[in-house]
Amino acid sequence: MSLFSVGFQTLLYKETLRFWKVATQTIAAPVLTSLLYLLIFGHVLEKHVQVYPGLSYTAFLVPGLVMMSVLQNAFANSASSLVQSKITGNLVFILLPPLSHIEIFSAYVLASVLRGLVVGLGVFITTVWFTHIDFVAPIWIVVFGVLGAAILGTAGVIAGVWADKFDQMAAFQNFLIVPATFLSGVFYSIHSLPPMWLAISHANPFFYMIDGFRYGFFGQSDVNPWLSLVIVSGFLVVLAALALTLLKRGYKLRH
Amino acid sequence: MIAIEISEVSKRYQSLQALDAVSLNIEQGEFFGLLGPNGAGKTTLISIIAGLVRADTGTVRIHGHEVGKDYRLARKNLGVVPQELVFDPFFTVRETLRLQSGYFGLAKNDAWIDEILSNLGLDNKADVNMRALSGGMKRRVLVAQALVHKPPVIVLDEPTAGVDVELRQTLWKFISRLNREGHTIVLTTHYLEEAQALCQRVAMLKNGKVVKQDTMAGLIKHISGSQLVLRLKQGSLPASLHHLLIKQDIKQDIKQDTAHGNAPTNDHAHELAPGAKFSLRVNDYAEVEPILNSIRTAGGLIDEMQLQQADLEDVFLQVMDGSLPA
Repeated sequence: MSLFSVGFQTLLYKETLRFWKVATQTIAAPVLTSLLYLLIFGHVLEKHVQVYPGLSYTAFLVPGLVMMSVLQNAFANSASSLVQSKITGNLVFILLPPLSHIEIFSAYVLASVLRGLVVGLGVFITTVWFTHIDFVAPIWIVVFGVLGAAILGTAGVIAGVWADKFDQMAAFQNFLIVPATFLSGVFYSIHSLPPMWLAISHANPFFYMIDGFRYGFFGQSDVNPWLSLVIVSGFLVVLAALALTLLKRGYKLRH
Repeated sequence: MIAIEISEVSKRYQSLQALDAVSLNIEQGEFFGLLGPNGAGKTTLISIIAGLVRADTGTVRIHGHEVGKDYRLARKNLGVVPQELVFDPFFTVRETLRLQSGYFGLAKNDAWIDEILSNLGLDNKADVNMRALSGGMKRRVLVAQALVHKPPVIVLDEPTAGVDVELRQTLWKFISRLNREGHTIVLTTHYLEEAQALCQRVAMLKNGKVVKQDTMAGLIKHISGSQLVLRLKQGSLPASLHHLLIKQDIKQDIKQDTAHGNAPTNDHAHELAPGAKFSLRVNDYAEVEPILNSIRTAGGLIDEMQLQQADLEDVFLQVMDGSLPA
């Protein structure tokens, strides 16, 4: 089995083509949403909040919004594709061919990473005009961007395999993914939180993704980026192992 | 060589025993029919062959490759046309077929895709989105998807359910050609005349068990002779002929029941009334005149008469109601 087999490449191409064909919904809409967040929060809080010395609130906000878009769209890609295919029944076209669970997993997650990064890039390009942004350590930006998208793409695979209905997937997204993203320091530094919420935030893996990502821009973060890298990588390994196990066993796919 | 080897396969869904120790061997190059009423276990069996459902016990091999442990080679050798009319609304017909080729490891497959499109009458729909196709056209694409990798074994799960005559003819012409070229075909259908015309061998399932398995010729031979179908204008069937009675005025009902997947019954067999149409078994044409004579002697007046050869439907009905021994 080769990860670069024609089967894997085709499934990756199909998953990429799927979101590209409806780019207005899958790319343009989340970019516009993030732009609105920046305009509203930036306008309201710009003169009242300074998270790091010498850094405007709008500049602080941009990397957080970019990463939030990357994460949410990476999740939506694999989750919605799988659930739609299960409900409409066309998942059978993936299950009948000789594709391994590793090929299926890799194709869905990589397509999610691509969508996440495309949306993230779109958010960055449209928001960067409103403030000055540095790139202190670009490698960290790429590493945390890709790892974060991979984690959420993997979570999307798990949700897509588990959910039998759209509302189950929506519950997974609205009660787990969205709160975890919003409470991870997109709009604030967690050091501004009371001790209890600070502790809770440290248990949120999304916090480390966004904090490490933001370090790449400003060279400042709430925790050491190496610690974030270890935690984020470990989280990806755990989720990937779970997703691969579900796919290999055919959980809710092969009855 | 055995194309599909099914050995002691069982599957239970909670309280329902969907398959009960089913064993079947389908030879390479055969046109094989899998028949049975709804709920008999046909689709479950096909799903296990395709790897979509996992058997509780037993094994299935495609060209010697076990569908679980050796799934890659097993699936490469198999093309399945699912019963449900499913499609991916994001893609055109050609994109759908290219993607399906790719899943089977075929990066460049356009020549064969064009041939399939042509043979299934889809040439002018190649660049049309799947959503824009009629039900019959979507069914053709499903067939095309199963054939993109030129599988030596092709399974068609009720491929002509609810489709027009033109598609049936186009489909069977193409599938028969593939069969002549050496492909093994497994067909499930409720259209028994199709099965009789196409299949060389048939297995009948009932309540998850194979209740009959034979060549088509062997099955038809089980019902020796013909049926004498009569309608009386007056009088009724003499008691001396009751033992020859196959059915009365219910053939149409039975056909409808069969079409809906229900096992037929003989509940009406002895409700003989004047004006009713009934069928009598005759083993030899020489028996016809004595039968007619008995009816006339008893005061009956014949209004309508037909002599019909036994067909697969007669065998099917008798197997399902248990009157034909397994």
